[in-house]
Amino acid sequence: MQQYYPLFTAIPLAIAFVNLLITKINKRAGDYLALIATGVLAYMSIKMLFVGPFSYHVGGHLPPWGILLVSDGLSSLMLVVINVIAFLSIIFSLKYMTTYTAKPKYYSLFLLMVGGMNGVVITGDLFNLYVFLEIASIASYALVGFGCEKEELEASFKYMILGGVASTGVLFGIAFLYSITGTLNMPDMAMQLELVGINRAVAFVIALFVMGFGLKASSVPFHAWLPDAHPSAPAPISAMLSGVLIKALGVYTIMRIMFHVIGPNPLVSSIMMFLGALSMVVGGLLAIGQEDFKRMLAYSSISQIGYVMIALGLALNPGIGMMTKALAIVGALFHLVNHAVFKSLLFLCSGAVEYRTGTRDLGKLGGLIRKMPVTMTTCSIGSLSIAGLPPFNGFWSKLIIIMALLRAGYMVYGAIAILVGFITLAYFIKLQANVLFGKLPEAFSEVREAPFSMVLPLVILAILCVGLGIAYPFVETEMLRAAWDTLLDKAGFMNLLLGG
Amino acid sequence: MVLYFLSLVLFVMGLYCLVAKKNIVKKIIGITIIEYSINLFLILIGYRRGGVAPILMKDMSVAELVERGVDPLPQALVLTSIVIGLGVLALMVGVCLRLYEKYKTFDMSEINRLRG
Amino acid sequence: MHDIEKEIRESKSGMTMIVKTIVRFAMGIIILFGAYIVLYGHLTPGGGFAGGVILACGYIILTLAFGKDIALRKLSDQGASIMDNSGALAFIVIGLLGYTGGYFFLNFIDHGKRFELFSGGIIPLCNIAIALKVTASLFAIFIALAIFGKFISGLVEEEE
Repeated sequence: MQQYYPLFTAIPLAIAFVNLLITKINKRAGDYLALIATGVLAYMSIKMLFVGPFSYHVGGHLPPWGILLVSDGLSSLMLVVINVIAFLSIIFSLKYMTTYTAKPKYYSLFLLMVGGMNGVVITGDLFNLYVFLEIASIASYALVGFGCEKEELEASFKYMILGGVASTGVLFGIAFLYSITGTLNMPDMAMQLELVGINRAVAFVIALFVMGFGLKASSVPFHAWLPDAHPSAPAPISAMLSGVLIKALGVYTIMRIMFHVIGPNPLVSSIMMFLGALSMVVGGLLAIGQEDFKRMLAYSSISQIGYVMIALGLALNPGIGMMTKALAIVGALFHLVNHAVFKSLLFLCSGAVEYRTGTRDLGKLGGLIRKMPVTMTTCSIGSLSIAGLPPFNGFWSKLIIIMALLRAGYMVYGAIAILVGFITLAYFIKLQANVLFGKLPEAFSEVREAPFSMVLPLVILAILCVGLGIAYPFVETEMLRAAWDTLLDKAGFMNLLLGG
Repeated sequence: MVLYFLSLVLFVMGLYCLVAKKNIVKKIIGITIIEYSINLFLILIGYRRGGVAPILMKDMSVAELVERGVDPLPQALVLTSIVIGLGVLALMVGVCLRLYEKYKTFDMSEINRLRG
Repeated sequence: MHDIEKEIRESKSGMTMIVKTIVRFAMGIIILFGAYIVLYGHLTPGGGFAGGVILACGYIILTLAFGKDIALRKLSDQGASIMDNSGALAFIVIGLLGYTGGYFFLNFIDHGKRFELFSGGIIPLCNIAIALKVTASLFAIFIALAIFGKFISGLVEEEE
């Protein structure tokens, strides 16, 4: 298994190009190729969960000269999230994307995006990370504007400009780190930085990275692109962008660099906790007023990412106890996984609704639970878990984050987190009332249940929502322990350089 | 030191162009200027006074190259980032033309169907 | 072949006779220079990307001088797309072939003697694959933007 680690990027990139060649001959082949490729990736990522930490030297070149790929608890967890959601989104796309033209190009861009995200997660080389980040970003810019209508193009352009600035910020930071340490290999860089300490140059790098990766993660002062970009994309892409992309490119990279390369310090901790709290409140308040199904979900993404950021910020504070730190990291990682599951579920639901009714306007929808029972049941399961009602998964992760905040003595932040929980509940009640219940408009009396290939991923994701909630103790011990051990163990990451 | 500062000046000029100009073509130019300022910065990191290009020639021993050559890694990084920049630029110009086709204007303040 | 030559000579599209004549002379040299940059990429400055850009510039000059109909006959957009994808695919296949020696992107071919054309193992092969990709995609971008540009300038004239 270890020697096939680079295939996580090689398979999607290769299939993306094969797909464009083969669909010139046979139009239908693209469906099967994309389905098989993402299916194989999902299977491989689940198998990777049971392989211990190791490092892989691309081309047999020894580090720190060659490119190093790193596998540990954190990257295995992210790989599962990315590839499983990608597989389910592809199943959903089979039927949904028939409403758009140029399906082969869609699959190729989708696979490029998956390849880029997998690359970001598996790499142990900072510049390599930048390259994969850009591959995933460019593919997502194109996918946001895929519909080529007025709104889509405008959203895509906005996203492109802001994303371009973020990428240059990241590259600037990498250039600084290279000039300080003289290496790009992340474990090696961590060793060099321990000798340097946090001087002014490193503080500037931290600022650049918080700006760059914070924009990719859409935390609040940098969030302006997300509520435009995510609703404009086709529904499976919205699910990928909101569910996975902002986490792989934003949150994961922040985790990897701040915990392992630069190391926990109070400066980053306070910045990230503040940004997290700000994102939670602003995202939540703006979500209440939205009249568009997908736009409300997009604002809710900003708010939920705030929870992850605040917990990570808490864990980055070196001054708090080991137990609290572990609690905060478990909360952050579990909420990250949960958000990926229920946010992609909700976006796919909105896609199914749009596919059958042709509108996303909350004012025009209503009473759909009688016409589309399965879709709407999954939708309500997703809403309940994102609002944090027991026994669904969202409840546990929010509870852990709030407990960690209160244990560490951050009473104000804890209170904000509880308050935002209620705000979340409020706007999802509004969503439920406007879509599921209420009077069925005349125009929708002929609406039928969504096709099987669209219902299947919804049902799987809904089962995951319930399952992750009920089986929480198992999830904690089996899935998250490896990841949280990794995050707290900076020395272990540096040992990977020596061959691990 | 002055040279590093100049690349920062270039960065700020690009940022100004990006923020203050309404024309989307000018915004694209701004992004490109920012990218090039960072490329310049990367090249300067690897620079050494009186250095030679990091290419092994026939009349040169490896030890001599190590002693006199500039750092080749930033140059490789700059090449990669130029290629990435090219990709982004092509996509941006494509979207920009499409935007013109739909809105019949290059003015960003008139392209405002979404509220952010 | 003869017909195409005749057609090129008599075609009214593109620039003046002077430009066309010079481009016809320069074209071969540009292609040759691009190929040299690609093939010697592992020995001298240059490589797949730089050489690919030069090759693409050759096609772009052809388009500018003779108009897009004749350039598209030399390398059609479908052809460019196929060349583009197969170049990228070849690069990944070279990487995967490294598994014959146990590592992804292992340099599995004999490295040969320094400063010779056939040395460096897989690096010249990678350069060729990249050059294919870059040539085709740059030409495709140019053609796409040029066709678009025509369309846009038509719109501008309409308004005026």
